[in-house]
Amino acid sequence: MSYDRAITVFSPDGHLFQVEYAMEAVKNGTTAVGVKGKKTIVLGVEKKSAAKLQDPRTVRKIMKLDKHICLAFAGLVADARVLVNKARLECQSYRLTMEDSPTVEYVSRFIARVQQRYTQRGGRRPFGISNLIAGFDADGTPNLWQTDPTGSHTSWKALAIGRNAKTVREFLEENYEESMAKEEKGDEDAAIKLACKALLEVVESGAKNIEIAYMKPGDPLKMLPQERVAELCKAIEAEKEAEKKKKKPKKQNV
Amino acid sequence: ADRAQALVGFGFRPGSAKEKMDILLGLVGKDYVMTVADRAQARSIVVFKHDEDKIFELDSKIIMATAGPQGDRANFAEYIQRNIQLYKYRNDLPLTTKGAANFTRTELATFLRKSPYQVNLLMAGHDKKVGPSLYYMDYLGSMHKMDFGAHGYGSYFCLSIFDRYFKKDMSLEQGKELMQKCIKELQTRFLINCPKFICKIVTAEGTKVIDI
Repeated sequence: MSYDRAITVFSPDGHLFQVEYAMEAVKNGTTAVGVKGKKTIVLGVEKKSAAKLQDPRTVRKIMKLDKHICLAFAGLVADARVLVNKARLECQSYRLTMEDSPTVEYVSRFIARVQQRYTQRGGRRPFGISNLIAGFDADGTPNLWQTDPTGSHTSWKALAIGRNAKTVREFLEENYEESMAKEEKGDEDAAIKLACKALLEVVESGAKNIEIAYMKPGDPLKMLPQERVAELCKAIEAEKEAEKKKKKPKKQNV
Repeated sequence: ADRAQALVGFGFRPGSAKEKMDILLGLVGKDYVMTVADRAQARSIVVFKHDEDKIFELDSKIIMATAGPQGDRANFAEYIQRNIQLYKYRNDLPLTTKGAANFTRTELATFLRKSPYQVNLLMAGHDKKVGPSLYYMDYLGSMHKMDFGAHGYGSYFCLSIFDRYFKKDMSLEQGKELMQKCIKELQTRFLINCPKFICKIVTAEGTKVIDI
């Protein structure tokens, strides 16, 4: 019998198929990247090319949850809207009862709990989104958390979700340490550059399909203006070209 | 009956002295709105503290001066604060002062026939399109947009001063002078001694605490 109909039913080999299909929906979503630096946290997303008659400002992929927390997602946009609404309500509710701002971990735990509930009870289907939740706690600690349709939440130094996540994640793994070293030495934009570079690996049309947002401790979320994104992308392309040229003469010698 | 109430003073009926003891004053100037509140927190004959801040900041450009028993004041004000912030995050746009005032009034009216909040309010804010505005609300859920307003016993003394000396579009200095006239009157004629006041203004740049 097919064990992928009701989500609350395990298959004989221990799979929850609906949840796994939800993960597939995430893999079809546009890429999102998160990088956690010491003084900056960056979220970058791939924007689908807007249809000519569509107003691009109404396509939102990086959402503010509270003064100090923001979220980027990959997957079904409508599902994200529902989850983000719940999270925003929870943030204000926490502030009302605790007289304190919620930690990023608390909010991620809340979102993960909601996602898990939808895999177990009520006959509802799971949320087809993975989230990157980023922010600084009240004491200045940077946080980057990920939740997925299974309902788990984990903390990351840098992560990519959505289409081509594997490629981007490998790129991040190779270049994260170097970027952090640059940040130590005083390059404030190191995390932003890394996120931009990582996205450029998989986004075809370049700067106009990339959106970058960043946070510094105590400051609200800021969007990087499009001109700056275009500048960064040009600089990165130029660097790549320069590196290619360096490699070419070596080949010729052989 | 009113005088009898004032003489008896500390009854526990709604509309009795409980929320009349707080002094709240507000006025609208050229491009700012000013609210003044006294700083004493008292119950019956005991004063708990002399540095209470009764003017809550709901948003960067909306403030709310509250009068009444401390529990209701703080509870209601924080509830409104959180809802105004939630609206901002849900809709990517902050609420206008008019919107915030109407929302608050609706909450007061809804709870009136369930479990009333005994809070009198002066809500003040600044919007780009409309400029500064002041809304007077009381615990029964009535709301009026006004150029100047006062709550409690303070209104008995200060409304006449406002009537006499208020002019539209006063500068910040003129507004401060008028408030100082009101405070002087209270210090001369009001039975309760209230030496300290907190003054907050809202302008196009945001909220500021100023010396009065």
